[in-house]
Amino acid sequence: MSNQVIHALYDDDDTLLSAVKEVRAEKHHIEEIYTPFPVHGLDKAMGLAETRIAIMAFIYGCIGFSVAITMINFIMISDWPQNIGGKPSFTFLENLPAFVPVIFEMTVFFAAHLMVITFYLRSRLWPFKEAENPNPLTTDDKFLMEVAMHGNEEELTALLQKTGAIEITVPENTEE
Amino acid sequence: MYTFSNKLRNLAFALMAVGFAGLVYGFLAAPKTVEEAKAMVATEHHGGDHGATTDEHAAIAAHAEDAHATEEAHAAVDDHASEAHGEEHDASHDVHLLHQLQNKPWAALYVAAFFFFMIALGVLAFYAIQRAAQAGWSPVLYRVMEGITAYLLPGGIIVIVILALSGMHFNHLFIWMDPEVVAHDKLIAGKTAFLNVPFFLGRAVFFLAGWTLYRFYSRKLSLAQDEANDISNHTKNFRISAGFLVFYIVTESIMSWDWIMSIDPHWFSTLFGWYVFASMFVSGITVIALVTIYLKSKGYLEFVNDSHIHDLGKFMFGVSVFWTYLWFSQFMLIWYSNIPEEVTYFITRIEDYNITFFGMIAMNFLFPLLILMNSDYKRTNYFIIMAGIVIVLGHYLDVFNMIMPSAVGDQWFIGIPEVGGFLFFLGLFLFVVFTELTKAPLLAKGDPYMGESERFHY
Repeated sequence: MSNQVIHALYDDDDTLLSAVKEVRAEKHHIEEIYTPFPVHGLDKAMGLAETRIAIMAFIYGCIGFSVAITMINFIMISDWPQNIGGKPSFTFLENLPAFVPVIFEMTVFFAAHLMVITFYLRSRLWPFKEAENPNPLTTDDKFLMEVAMHGNEEELTALLQKTGAIEITVPENTEE
Repeated sequence: MYTFSNKLRNLAFALMAVGFAGLVYGFLAAPKTVEEAKAMVATEHHGGDHGATTDEHAAIAAHAEDAHATEEAHAAVDDHASEAHGEEHDASHDVHLLHQLQNKPWAALYVAAFFFFMIALGVLAFYAIQRAAQAGWSPVLYRVMEGITAYLLPGGIIVIVILALSGMHFNHLFIWMDPEVVAHDKLIAGKTAFLNVPFFLGRAVFFLAGWTLYRFYSRKLSLAQDEANDISNHTKNFRISAGFLVFYIVTESIMSWDWIMSIDPHWFSTLFGWYVFASMFVSGITVIALVTIYLKSKGYLEFVNDSHIHDLGKFMFGVSVFWTYLWFSQFMLIWYSNIPEEVTYFITRIEDYNITFFGMIAMNFLFPLLILMNSDYKRTNYFIIMAGIVIVLGHYLDVFNMIMPSAVGDQWFIGIPEVGGFLFFLGLFLFVVFTELTKAPLLAKGDPYMGESERFHY
């Protein structure tokens, strides 16, 4: 098995987008694309699966909602009932209006933070991680497409050239 | 061009006829004398078909004392609470009951008239926002919105006629219009500089004239743009829309104090204008979505795609949540501070209107929240229609909850006059809106953003 790839550098997101369509039409496998900013429509052009983060956001929100209710019920009702503003805390339901802002904020807090953490884990990002992008120009203004190569270097180079790549390189296999 | 199908026209007329019959029945069935009123309440309570209220107030006698503590409207009529001696006290309570029962058909008429008027006004605000923001996604829907806002003038005139009839003492919807009440009520007397019949009606006519004027010119410019070679009509429309929005938010706020909040002349809420705005905005957007989907199902509006429906769905979802935010903000502050003159408003609603008060929260918040949360559902006509019908009915209940408690107290019921009022104005609304839709092409083809709107995709 050869893990060889070919790198094509582009200097425009529209060129990149049409290049992605052409390369996929020729049945080549695009391993990864590195861009300096999110390119609208790129995920659809690459044929990536729909994100499932929305479902996770809902689940995280539900977790936050339950945690908030449990927490506020323990603090304000069972552990240390307090009379705030002439509203003695006897039962949860009676004082519910006062708890709603807390419950709302905790729901949002859980959904937002857990969603960001999920996104980092899923993208394999964590503090002090080494950058993965093969070419530092992709943090500036260039776009890099990484296409799998199975001994068809010449055919691929020609194709990529045709799609408007400004530079085509075959990196040394550094994985060994 | 759209042609008004006979089926829909007949439906509109049938709704009007049935609704009118219901309203007439309501007026005929209202008691004329104190004795009739007492007899009606007595049979109702024995009959037991008065579900919600029977449970809570099994005996009217036991309720009488209670009502005095909580019902400010009553306290205003009967200012001798301190010297409450049996006979006199009972008599004034009976008169109060008579007024409530006589108000019932009027309130049913007023709630429905205001609700459908409010939809047209909400759509007008939404339309002006699209114009002022120079939105790229919505021009394909301009003609639908213009069709709905056609109801603004007839609907507004009906509301103002009802207000004028109140001013002529045909009913007791607005107790501050009664000089007898004002004479015994220091709080209302202090507000007469603002709350007096001529100024009140003058304001109402001025507001409606302003809104209608904008609607008239904007529609004219929109039609002129269809055949124009330049975009000068569009630019003018943009300018008057921005101006209108300033006028609208001030007048809408005052309108909500006048037409709704003044029914409880002792009570006030500083965010009431926003609250009513949110209600009319979400009902308006929902009706845009419903009319659009109806027209699409008949083969019109072929240029509207599911991304436009998706955006309307997002607005329905978002503004429903916004409405809830305002509802809760108003409720929580009053609940927490617990000031007697403020909190009576919610005490009467929770005690006497428990089902409609909390049912409305489920219909206007929980249901749309859960149904419209999913992105795919917002693109599916079935879900938009289902959520839309619930939202529209929920906001009818919202208006019901704002007006009924002070007008009829615990004597409310969603019966023949209430349903009749809703159906009558629904029929009139359908008739006016779909007639207006036949008058111009459904595509505002001259709009400079039309290309962007037609290509719009998510």
